Amino acid sequence: MSSVSAYVNEHEHEHDHKPRGLARWLFTTNHKDIGILYMLFGVTFFLVGGLFAELIRAQLIHPANHVLTPELYNQAITLHGLVMVFAALMPVTAGFANYVIPLMIGAPDMALPRLNNWGFWLLPPAAVVLVFPGILQLFGVGNGPIDTGWTIYAPLSVRSGLGVDFAIFAIVLLGASSLMASINIIVTIFNMRAPGVTMMKLPLFAWSWLITAFLLIAVFPALIAGGLMLLTDRHFGTHFFSAAGGGDPVLWEHLFWFFGHPEVYILLLPTAGLLSHILSAFARKPIFGYRAQVYAYWTIGVLSVIVWAHHMFTSGMPIAGQLYFMYSTMAISIPVTVLFICWLGTIWRGALSFETPMLFALGYIGLFGIGGLTGLTLADAVADQQYHNSYYLVAHFHYTLFGGPIMGVMAAAYFYLPKITGHMYSERAGRWHFWLCIIGFNLTFIPQFLAGIAGAERRVVDYPIQFAGFHMASSIGAFILGAAQLLLVYNIVVAWRGRTEPASARVWEGAQGLEFTLPSPPPYHTFAERPAVV
Amino acid sequence: MSADITMTSNVTGSQRYYLPQPSPYPVLVSAALLVLFIGSGLRVNGVGAGSWLMAAGLLLLLYAVVHWFSGVIAESRGGVYHRWESRSFRLGMIWFIISEIVLFATFFAVLFYERRISVPWLASLDPRFSPWPGFVGGWPTAGPAGHRFATIGPLGIPLVNTILLLSSGATVTWAHWGLKENRRQQLIAGLIVTILLGAVFVLLQAYEFHHAYTELGLTLGSGVYGATFFMLTGLHGLHVTVGLVMLTTILGRSLKGHFSAEHRFAVEAVSWYWHFVDVVWLCLFVLVYSV
Repeated sequence: MSSVSAYVNEHEHEHDHKPRGLARWLFTTNHKDIGILYMLFGVTFFLVGGLFAELIRAQLIHPANHVLTPELYNQAITLHGLVMVFAALMPVTAGFANYVIPLMIGAPDMALPRLNNWGFWLLPPAAVVLVFPGILQLFGVGNGPIDTGWTIYAPLSVRSGLGVDFAIFAIVLLGASSLMASINIIVTIFNMRAPGVTMMKLPLFAWSWLITAFLLIAVFPALIAGGLMLLTDRHFGTHFFSAAGGGDPVLWEHLFWFFGHPEVYILLLPTAGLLSHILSAFARKPIFGYRAQVYAYWTIGVLSVIVWAHHMFTSGMPIAGQLYFMYSTMAISIPVTVLFICWLGTIWRGALSFETPMLFALGYIGLFGIGGLTGLTLADAVADQQYHNSYYLVAHFHYTLFGGPIMGVMAAAYFYLPKITGHMYSERAGRWHFWLCIIGFNLTFIPQFLAGIAGAERRVVDYPIQFAGFHMASSIGAFILGAAQLLLVYNIVVAWRGRTEPASARVWEGAQGLEFTLPSPPPYHTFAERPAVV
Repeated sequence: MSADITMTSNVTGSQRYYLPQPSPYPVLVSAALLVLFIGSGLRVNGVGAGSWLMAAGLLLLLYAVVHWFSGVIAESRGGVYHRWESRSFRLGMIWFIISEIVLFATFFAVLFYERRISVPWLASLDPRFSPWPGFVGGWPTAGPAGHRFATIGPLGIPLVNTILLLSSGATVTWAHWGLKENRRQQLIAGLIVTILLGAVFVLLQAYEFHHAYTELGLTLGSGVYGATFFMLTGLHGLHVTVGLVMLTTILGRSLKGHFSAEHRFAVEAVSWYWHFVDVVWLCLFVLVYSV
């Protein structure tokens, strides 16, 4: 029973010193450590995913180009999508949840700390498994990583090389990671709130992540099931996605999009929550429409799981199905508009100041607004026959997911960087980062809207010469956008090295919330004694 | 949030949440899964080293999981878990089971899609354009290019299995009632009967699978019927097997006297899981074997 007494003794001691070296990060059960790991992992793979994007744009800068072979091009577009969604954005939002939610609700840590650690450490193996076929290819086995596009559509994915198998296993690992993180966040919010933090006093970021976690639990198992079916179709003779056995390739599309559409909201909601805090801080006004925003999250969450087939209008569907998915999709614009009105209401007549987090937050409202409006045109089942599979769709997608979640993550990164590191970043570099992002991003994607309306097809390694101007502009924009991200890295390093001005506990004049009552950086363990919130 | 914050100084000991020390096992479990999945990826593509890697991954996984849980049990024995921690575990288990329900629901949705949408559509194609003009659809089917097979009727082994699993649901509840009133003999007897019923279920399922493969011609390759049948029943059988491992662990701990009416989370979690597996079987019995 020696181990028992050891555990009990350790429990009775008070530890505020951190474990040292690599073991600290590998074995940690501390929510702040795990949050930082998630965020660093996310930033790293944001750069990796960005590199794939730059390769794509380098290939497309003029017609009949030979930067990439068609095979490599297909791998680059697939990995760009998978990496950005699963290895960059999701880890970063999970990182903020880990670091900030316990501080926001006055909890001593996440509810299940070891599970929390496991949730993070499932990610690096997933990344290794995803790119492992690239290593195998060097030894003459197989033809490299997955090349089917990130949607992995059957029957192409049933026929394609071994990269698909490894991608399926990577998705299983990512799914396990997301499910563990979601369970932990739900339990933490339900069980770890300080006395007085009732559900309707819960900070909006915590609310938004709660709905996100519900969504992940509701849809990620469906993708895992789909992955298993794809694996058995490939290797064990089943016919889920083959008409010869009575199956249907479109079944894969249903499974993928039943996961894939809510996934958009899984990426969006956490940053929508953060946005409300940031706008309120820099408008020096309380959040406008707290209750309305909570109800909007719920409405978005519920609607998002019943609209998936709007991604499949051109796959063949009865008219009744098209009408249903069209109207239900358009209905989502109502709760999203509620969020927009609340954001604008928050900054309305506020004493605004425009530090970098606020710039990114305002950029979010503008760019994501364009993403939402162009989404309405795509949701129109008739018009979608023209837009589908064109660059218009690519541009819409990026206005939604870069304009929303990534701008939101940038805003949150600058908002919390001084809190986490205890030091300010370079405001000048931050502003440059913002403006280069805005210029680069719009230069990349406005031409894609125009090219798409003119009929340019996406996902193809080459294009007709009439689109050369659009693609040239788009590639130049992408290079600017890519280079701008080095300023983010610079600012993280600046704040981390700690030679700049120390941050106060409040950090920002208008910042509200329990996390801003703690010193910057907060001590390793916080709220071991429960705070009372009146 | 413009809440006024004050730190309370009169916090009692029981309000302190137990925070575990750093642990090497989560990252070890992940490393084991990395080896296992790389091995699996190689194995299904016929690369020789795959099987060895899979075996190594499984062993490492077993080692890490056993040590992880041993640590948790030691903490529980050490008395660090109180009502607050216990509530986290309970919520965690409930949400884990919800995610499992979604996994099974997906396969049931696939079954629905095949029966109501993909097979009827395929059969109703205009014969002039259909690659298989003679396909008439219906259920069960191996599809237009499939082979003949026979199905397993509901009234033989499946009915026996239904009775076995429902009874085991009752016995595990009876064991749980015993624990709540600190009647250890009832707990142990209930667990033993539950494990026996579950084990017979798994053996009968294995026999039935063998029968299907060797005599009925019903295999994973028997079109959508065979694929969905084996995916659903196979996944369920796997869950029953995992449930049996959990029950056996709980039985071992009960024999050592680990549980009491106050400390019974592990028994409850396992019994929830067992009921979940039970309900999935009922759905299988109705939707896969009977209708």
